[in-house]
Amino acid sequence: MSPTADAALAAAIRAEAGSIVASLHRLVGDFDVAEEAVQDAVVEALRSWRTDGIPDRPGAWLQVAARRNALDRLRSRQRYEKALGRLREGIARESAPPDAADDRLPLLFGCCHPALAVEARLALTLRAVVGLTTAQIARAFLVSEQTLAQRIVRAKRKIVDAGIPLTMPAPEDRAERLDDVLTVAYLMFNEGFVSTAGEHGDDRDLADDALWLAGLVATSLPDEPEALGLLALLTFQHARQPARFADDGSLVLLERQDRGRWDRALIDQADRVLERAAGQHRPGRFQLQAAIAGCHASAGSFEGTDWLQILVLYDMLLAHDASPVTRLNRAVAVARVWGPGRALADVEPLADELDGYHLFHATRAALLRELDRRTEADEADARALALTHNPAERNLLRARLDG
Amino acid sequence: MKYVLMFCDTPALYDEVDPADAKATYQEVFDWFGEHHAAGRIADGGAELQPVTTATTVKSGGDGPVVVDGPFSEAKEVVGGFTVVDVPDLDAALAMARTWPPLKYPGVSVEVRPSVDHSGDM
Repeated sequence: MSPTADAALAAAIRAEAGSIVASLHRLVGDFDVAEEAVQDAVVEALRSWRTDGIPDRPGAWLQVAARRNALDRLRSRQRYEKALGRLREGIARESAPPDAADDRLPLLFGCCHPALAVEARLALTLRAVVGLTTAQIARAFLVSEQTLAQRIVRAKRKIVDAGIPLTMPAPEDRAERLDDVLTVAYLMFNEGFVSTAGEHGDDRDLADDALWLAGLVATSLPDEPEALGLLALLTFQHARQPARFADDGSLVLLERQDRGRWDRALIDQADRVLERAAGQHRPGRFQLQAAIAGCHASAGSFEGTDWLQILVLYDMLLAHDASPVTRLNRAVAVARVWGPGRALADVEPLADELDGYHLFHATRAALLRELDRRTEADEADARALALTHNPAERNLLRARLDG
Repeated sequence: MKYVLMFCDTPALYDEVDPADAKATYQEVFDWFGEHHAAGRIADGGAELQPVTTATTVKSGGDGPVVVDGPFSEAKEVVGGFTVVDVPDLDAALAMARTWPPLKYPGVSVEVRPSVDHSGDM
């Protein structure tokens, strides 16, 4: 199957899966049964649609398959008799559930609940809301299918046993819980952002899925500027995608990217989204990161970038997010404004907290190289190389060590 | 759904807290129970425990149970009390835990665990 057809297949499933999980859950009252039934339907769809093509009404196809699977799963459990009746009716009428679009948001907030570990939130969101198969998620995260399946089983068990509600959070918790949801979309994007198309036929582009998810949240919650901020940020990043990989699959850093290959239409789109966010006058970490990405996007060259403006934005960002990773990223702007020596002095104190983070060592190596401290730079690059499994990043680091 | 809220702290904490401050917090805890009790969220008041120095543990041993001095674990944090609440879901239980007055002190935590529902058992 061609990449375009694969993308169409992915998009068709993604557009429907989350709503069907949500409506089935409402119908049968058992999250595990609903989620498993849709997962089985997605696996069937991938198999059948690849040979027969995408049906005219992919949503109806998935819904019928999911309901049939749910019926099979429920038959063995007598106490679900009522649910069985409702399901049979549903299949007979084959009707679309009401307000299906809104259904996905409570499901998403439940899957991103802080009572679940972050990696479980990611895996569960990808499966239940975005409609990926366990195999696709496992390949994206470079873990075995068994490990990932266990992670999902455990997360679902906790949702059911601990009574994690699959509903919108109370108003007083909304901001904090939204941040958890946006973080999951952000992590999902980063997971996909550093990888090229996989070797496997139906590998998913997680960056694309994350962009879709950010769009879903921003559309559903138009009064949340941070949701718009994340959408703008991911759109800016996505616009650079065509220039981010060399022909051999290695990563091309911002400095060396051919800016002519950036997607101008996407950049304009991101600008407009960010403007809408800024109009609400409630800044936050995703809006500020988007503003930084916007500065890069509008610069004609690496040298011609308004680094002072970027540094100012980083200082504002620190007020919302003083994490060591933010401080590390800020150092890149410091290097351009005040020089690599000062940037290195800012980076060194982060060593304890970021020792296991490959980009800490890679950033440090770049600064050391600028300062002509080659041996130390090579040592730091070697450390970075040992810490990442991503092939594109490994290629870049190897080239730097050889150069 | 029923949840057990386990209130944990470090034994050293109350030596460090000013007695007047501790007294005020005790009143806040009393009010906390009063408020949630009035709202029908307390299924079982539970118990406030004596300091961990009073704990004795019976452990399984090769030749049968063994009695030892001290708490069951070497952890720095110890359970100081518990209560059983009955609320619709985890978010409601977490909202209660979040307002537990002693959380203003370092080392204090509230573990929230659903209790096993035996109502469907034969």
